[in-house]
Order: sequence, then C-alpha cells, then structure tokens
Amino acid sequence: MSSLPATVQEVFNEPGCAKNANKSLTERNKGCTKQLQPGSAAGGCAFDGAKVALQPFTDVAHLVHGPIACEGNSWDNRGSASSGPNLWRTGFTTDLAETDIVFGGEKRLYKAIKQIIDKCNPPAIFVYQTCVPAMIGDDINAVCKAASKKFGKPVIPVNSPGFVGSKNLGNKLAGEALLEHVIGTQEPDYTTPYDINLIGEYNLSGELWQVKPLFDELGIRILCCIAGDGKYHEVASSHRARAAMMVCSRAMINVARKMEERYGIPFFEGSFYGIQDSSDALREIAQLLVKRGAPEDLIGRTEAVIVREEARARAAIEPYRPRFKGKKVLLMTGGVKSWSIVAALQEAGLELVGTSVKKSTKEDKERIKHLMGQDAHMIEDMTPREMYKMLKDAKTDIMLSGGKSQFVALKAAMPWLDINQERCHAYMGYVGIVKLVEEIDKALFNPMWEQLRRPAPWDRAADDRQTRAMAQLDVQPIEIVADRALTQKTPRARRICFCNTVDLGTIEDAIRSHNLTSVEAVTQHTPAVGGCCRRRIEDILAGRPISWWPATLQATG
Amino acid sequence: MVLVTASKKACAVNPLKMSQPIGAAFAFMGLRGAMPLLHGPQGCTSFGLTLFVRHFKEPVPLQTTAMSEVTTVLGGYENVEQAILNIDKRAEPEIIGICSTGVTETNGDDVDAYIKLIREKHPQLDKLPLVYVSTPDFKDAFQDGWGKAVVRMVEVLVEAPARGAERNPAQVNVLPGCHLTPGDLDELRIIFEDFGLQPSFLPNLAGSLDGHIPDRFTPTTTGGIGIDEVARMGRAGWTIAIGAQMRRAAEAMQEKTGVPFRLFERLCGLVPNDDFMAFLSEISGRPVPARYRRQRGQLVDAMLDAHFQIGGRRLAIGAEPDLLLDLSSMLHEMGARVTAAVTTTQSTVLEQIKTKEVQIGDLEDLEELARTRNCDLLITHSHGRQAATRLKIPFHRAGFPMFDRLGAGHQLSVGYRGTRELIFNIANLVIADREENHAPTPDSWRGSTLPLGPSRRSPVGSTERSIA
Repeated sequence: MSSLPATVQEVFNEPGCAKNANKSLTERNKGCTKQLQPGSAAGGCAFDGAKVALQPFTDVAHLVHGPIACEGNSWDNRGSASSGPNLWRTGFTTDLAETDIVFGGEKRLYKAIKQIIDKCNPPAIFVYQTCVPAMIGDDINAVCKAASKKFGKPVIPVNSPGFVGSKNLGNKLAGEALLEHVIGTQEPDYTTPYDINLIGEYNLSGELWQVKPLFDELGIRILCCIAGDGKYHEVASSHRARAAMMVCSRAMINVARKMEERYGIPFFEGSFYGIQDSSDALREIAQLLVKRGAPEDLIGRTEAVIVREEARARAAIEPYRPRFKGKKVLLMTGGVKSWSIVAALQEAGLELVGTSVKKSTKEDKERIKHLMGQDAHMIEDMTPREMYKMLKDAKTDIMLSGGKSQFVALKAAMPWLDINQERCHAYMGYVGIVKLVEEIDKALFNPMWEQLRRPAPWDRAADDRQTRAMAQLDVQPIEIVADRALTQKTPRARRICFCNTVDLGTIEDAIRSHNLTSVEAVTQHTPAVGGCCRRRIEDILAGRPISWWPATLQATG
Repeated sequence: MVLVTASKKACAVNPLKMSQPIGAAFAFMGLRGAMPLLHGPQGCTSFGLTLFVRHFKEPVPLQTTAMSEVTTVLGGYENVEQAILNIDKRAEPEIIGICSTGVTETNGDDVDAYIKLIREKHPQLDKLPLVYVSTPDFKDAFQDGWGKAVVRMVEVLVEAPARGAERNPAQVNVLPGCHLTPGDLDELRIIFEDFGLQPSFLPNLAGSLDGHIPDRFTPTTTGGIGIDEVARMGRAGWTIAIGAQMRRAAEAMQEKTGVPFRLFERLCGLVPNDDFMAFLSEISGRPVPARYRRQRGQLVDAMLDAHFQIGGRRLAIGAEPDLLLDLSSMLHEMGARVTAAVTTTQSTVLEQIKTKEVQIGDLEDLEELARTRNCDLLITHSHGRQAATRLKIPFHRAGFPMFDRLGAGHQLSVGYRGTRELIFNIANLVIADREENHAPTPDSWRGSTLPLGPSRRSPVGSTERSIA
C-alpha cells in the first residue's frame, strides 16, 4: 500500500495524459497542481473531486470522515441518476466534534462503519478522508482494513483530503483507490464478447440512458460504468471487459491506462456529445470488440444503426437550421470536451464566436481550430466583466456554460443554457443533441427577452442601468481578440428611438422574432415611434450601417 | 419541561446541520461591498458557494485563502496576507470578513495576530476594515456562525458615540437572525417605516441577495448595509434583535454604545406580532397604522379558514433552533401537534418548544421519529426531500438551503401578512395531499374497527406535552 504523497506523485507522472506527454521530466515531477492564488481561487478540492467521481456508484454507502462542513454542506447535490438503489444519495458523515479532534477520530470512524453495516448492509462502504482527520493523523487505511476484516465486507479507503490539491487530482486519486482496492476483486456472473467498460461517465440527468438503448440493440453490454449508475459488484468485476471507452478523459485516465496495462483491456477516448462524435464512438467500440474476438458482423450492424440514427437526428435538427442562421454562440465550459460540443452546435447551423480552452490539451485546441477555422476565438480565461461585455455588445446571442457564469449572462438579460453537471436536461447521443438544439431554440426565441431589455418607464434615455454598465466597461479597456468583423458591429444598447427610449437590441430582436419588414411593423411590435427614428429603423431593416442624426445624439447612444 | 437529547450515533446520516463558517460568511454577505473570506482549503469555500448560489440563484461573493497541505504545516499567515492583498487589488472591497475553518482552527492559526502584522506591513490597507470571526467547523452550527459574525461586526465596525452625544430616537438598529429571508427584511422595513422609524439592518441581506439586477459588475456584494451606516448604529434609540441567536450581538451593541435592546424571539404568528406592533407603537409614539389593523384582521381570518387543515396535524420539523421555535410555535398555536422536533445545535429557546423532546440530530432521526409517531406534515430544508418521498406526507420547505424550488429569498414568515401567507401555503399543501393521496374509496373504512373501551391514544397525543 503506497503512501498518499507517493500516489499523488504517481498520478502526476501519468503517461496517458496528453499534457504530461509534452512536459520535461522536471516539469512532470512538479505535478499539475497550479499554485492556487489565495483570494482569487475558485473550484473544488481533492475531496470534492474524489467524491464526485465515486458517488454515482449507487449501492455503495459513501461515508465522509470529517467535520460537518465536508458532507453537511455538500450532500445530495449531484444530478446523477440511478436505475435502482438510492443508498448513494444518503449522506453519511462522522461529523467530528472538538473532542474527536483532541482524542482522535479513528474509533468514531470504526463505529460509524459498524453502524452503517448494521443498518443498511451495503455491498461496500467507501470511506473518504478529509483535511482535519488527515492533520490529526487518523489512519483511515488501517481502520478500513480492520473493519473489512471484522465485518467481512469491503471497506474502501479513499485517501484524498481536500488540501492535497484540486478537484481534478481528487478524480484521479479516487481512480487509484478503485485500482488498488476494488477492480479485480470479484468475478462477473457471466461474460460475453460484447462487454465494455465506460470510464468517467456519470449519468448526469440520466444521459447514459440516451445511448444505452443503442448498445442494447447492438447486443453490447456495459459491464461497468465508472461511475454513473454503477454498482459495486460491476466495478469489482470490471477487469473482465473486452474494451473500454474513456468518456471524460480528464477525470480518470489513470484508471483506463492501468486497466489496459494490467488486464489488457484496450481503450479509446471518445464522447457522445454531437452526431459525429456519437457515431465515431459507436464505431470504435464495435471495432475494438471485433479486434478482441467479437463476431465481425457487429461492425456492419453498428454502421446500420449509425446511418439510421444520423438520418433521424439530422431530420430532427433540420427545421432549426434556418432559425439559427446567423445566431452566435459563446461556449464557456471546462467539464465537457469543448470541441465535441462545438461540432454539435455547428451541425445545427449556429455560429461559434468563441470557446473556452482552459482545460483543453494541445490536441483539443488543434481540433477546435480545425472546426472553427483559423480565426477561432479560443478563450483561456475570461473574467465575468469581459463575458458581460461580449454578451452586451451583441457579439453573441446566447452563452452556454456551467452554473458558475450563469448569472453573468442572465443578469445581462441574455439567453443562457447550462451544459455542465448541474443541468437538468440530458444531452448525450443522437437524442440528446436534438434536445440540446431544442433547448437553445427555446432560450433564444423566448419573447421575454424583448420585454426585459426595455428600460423602465422612469429611466431617461442613456441613463438606464445597461447604458451605465456599458459606460463603466468602456472606461476600463479590455482586450477581447474576437472576430474583427463582429467587434465593429453596432452595440445593441445604442439608442435608436430617442422619443420612447428604444435600443437597437430591442428592435433587432423584434425584427428577428416576428420577421418584420417595414417600419410600421416595427413600431407595432416595439415602443419605437417611427418618427425621427424612421431612417435608422429603415437602415436596420435594410442591414445598412445606421445613419445617425442628429449628430449630437450619437454621444448619448 | 422539554427534554433536549443529543444523538449518540457515531455516524450522522443525512445531515440537517450546515457548518458554522458558512453561516458567518452568510452574515458578511449582508454588508455592502463585502468579500467574505474562508481561511481554509478551497473546498470549504467551493461547497459553501455552491449552496448559496443554488439557494438564491444569485452570484455570490466568497473567497478562500486556499490552504494546501504544505501551508497548513507551515501556518497560514502568508495565505491570509496574500488573500487580503489580492482581494483588495482585484475586488476593491469595502470590507473583508474572515472566517476560520476546521483546518486552520485545528492548526491553531492566530488570525487576529496575523491581521495585526498585515496592518503593520501594509499601511495601504489602513482604511479597509477586516473583521475576523473564529468559526471552527467541528463546533456549533450555521446559525451560531451567523450570530458570532454579527457580534464581531458590532465590536469592530460600530463607533461608540461620544459622551453626551444625542441619540436619534427614530433610528432603530435591527439585528435579524439568519432564519429571516431577504423578503422578510423587506417586509420589516416597510413596517418600521410605517411607524416613522428609520431602521438599519445588520446584516441586510435584503440589499444584497434579493435578486436585484446590479448596474455594475463587482466581485463583492452589491447592496447590503454600508460600513458607514454600521458605524452610526451607536446613535440609535433602540436595538431590536430577532431570534435568540442575536442576543449576544444586541448585548455587544449595548455594551459598546449604550443602546438598549429588545429581543423578539419570534415574529411569526398572531401574538408575537401583536407584541411587536405594540412595541413599535410605544417607541415611535405613533398609533398602529390602519394598514396593520387590517392585516391583523386578515391574519385572524386566515387562521379561521386554515385551522381546519392545520389543526390536529402531527408535525415533524427539522430546523435550526430559532426557526424551529418560530414555525413550530405558530403551528402549535393553530392546533398542530409538534410530534417530532430535531435541531442542529444547543440554544436557550429549545426549552420553549411546545413538545416533550427536542433532539439535536440529523434528518435520519427526524425521518424515523416521523415514521414511528405517524406524523403527517414535514417541515425542514430541501434536504428533507428524500425523507418526504419515503414518508409520503406533505412537505413544506423552510430554512437553508432550499435549492430545489424557486423563490427561497422571498419566502415570507414575519408580520401579520407574512404569517398569513405561510399559513395559506401550508394549509394548501395539506389540501393538495388530501386530494392526491387520501381520496375516500368504498373500502377506506372497511375493516376498521373502533377500539372498545378507552382509546389507547389520548386526544392530545401521547408525544405531546400538555400545555395549560
């Protein structure tokens, strides 16, 4: 059993990691932990990462050894779905009190394990180490070993206290715990030549079930999914799979690679986001399985399914393409592979104005360049302020991101869609991409936006909050290397009708959502008077640059 | 006498309690231009942040000193220093509120001393208030953290008035407990102002987390009480504390400034609001405005309409002590029986709960008690949703966090009007439950026999304390 620092170092040396492969030996030894900046850090800790990675195992009791903060503040907050047991949603914690800190928490932990076994009798218990017991020297490995022996049940130590590093490191340490204590400890009830493992798939909102019917149809069996809707027996016997797909590469590449090394299970990295990626993934699974001895007709059957599903998905997306023409998307995500979503959105006819590449590897970036062209606007890091500016300047019509930047978009009265783990819709596979397109359409064309962008009746022209906000932005020059043509576009907050205070955005939206062609129609659908602003509205309708008159008003617009 | 028992389990199952540092951080969020800072590993902040964002559906400021394994060994001075400098530079806050965590308390980091050193070293921070509150994770609970943070705010930020300085009798300090929502504070402000009083809320979540659309982008809170206003609180005529958790803060205010205080342990229900109105009338010298005379009538009418639904309900409630007292008492006064009560931490108010036993425990305890005692109404925060599904009884969400329903920040429980709304909400839940799950069928009563002789359960209910 290796020590925690040794395990951490081993994870840093992960040869399967594309980022690592490009580093020198000294760089690699330093590890991937970016030094966190106190006072401007964001993101979860290693315990968070480990818990997130393993919690979707549904029949396991997940026991957090620490003070109330670690579990009390975080339990039952993930959107993974289970097809059966619900034990994983129960929060178990030793809730260490001051006396435990003084006298040590090992006895309490042991009793807690016993209590869980007496009450719930789960097939296994995962025990998560946290910072405080790690500091006071509680040896959870020893307690788990003793408890395993005494109760005749796997009690698995997950040694990933928060302060050792980032969430990502925690994902990998969780993987190490599986490799060391779980995988290969049981045998499957039976095996087939069609058995696969999915690694790093969490079944958020039940999205795995958008793809599973296709597997079922092809006769492919998911022997184990780590960890979405997974069960202890499945992961313990997952070493008998014939092939593996690594779904979220960042999280558990060490598991995939070591399972290949130890058990000869070949793996590939793929995704089920978007039509092309789904097809590629199915194809690769079929080919890997055939290579490992599955009957060859699998490839032909898979191709047939792909052809059918692609046609269905394309037909379902087709009606949206004209609606999405010219609509611009800003994609800010780390969790899901950016390029994978990029391809998917392009298939629906959306224009990508930028995508975040904070967590992408060099290969990912090349791929994005390939998809989006040389002008691809790749964003390493964007402050909320810059995001807001991008949204308000109408460089983009909708933002897709994780929950953290949600309010940047919403508070700017801009359409937004959640594509990270807290989302409530499932977007995987062919069905999922159609759902994503539907959701984008709903968000973009909601009639609410038009109303929200109207200034309040008591706001004078050029003195509403949006204009003030824009003014504030303008005095703080920021660099956004976006598409040049787009930056020159007129800001949407500019005033068009000065009599009734109507801005360009409101008029543009009205024109788009009601297919307006005349000034009269515009005046019917917006408060614009159509008197002194008639020429400007005509310009907008004709797509000409707006002729500003009188000149003095320009400054206030 | 209420028996207060503590759970003897080694393992808390489905925690009801949230940790004290985030309770303290929550209090700082009611200050304008504030950046709460947790001194600990980044996970402590990340979990807290997620909770607040999901509860309020708002951007929430919360930073971390990002303690690592190495800095924990070496002590956290440099992290605190860097964090403060960094926040000062990037966020330009008006105040930084620092809360310790389990890690740094186990380590024994002396943050007060750190702050002294930092001030000596960085004179440019002279004008930036730094308020530190000690909040180890392994002690106490969310509402304690809130209470302690407000005590520290009073001690550090309020100016003691000069001797013989005149008080402004119309100025009133309000110290609300963390069980009040931004909506509650808005309601209270209207009430105070209708009496011609000028309230200063400390903290004032109604300014910061009420769902407004800010016109600036700041990483700190926008809205909330300004530190200049906090400084002037010493000139007020009265301090009104709401919830027993605020007693210490009110006492600290009195010690420092001599402003007398009155503690209202509850503001939900008819009688507590009668007391409240009478007190406001007394200190303002104005009669109770007609609006509240009408609202009182409306509340009385709501109680008349809803007592059919609420009367006799067997309530299972899990909440922090002050919220537990507030809600359970109001429902008790409507004829419900407080049959199972679970809370998070010790408090003087637990003895007043109208029941036999209050357990300091978790949601597993509450669920078990509710099942064995046949409760038919569940009140707790959103984490009670699994228990509610299993128990199949109507479930009213109250307290923090409420992440699976909208409008958490605007749920009302104070004043005549707030009480009226709450009563309607709960009564409607009961009606919906009856319609959905208890519609009579031809077999509903078949086979049920009335016991011969005296019933085994007295009409008051075996678990209920008899109240004279």
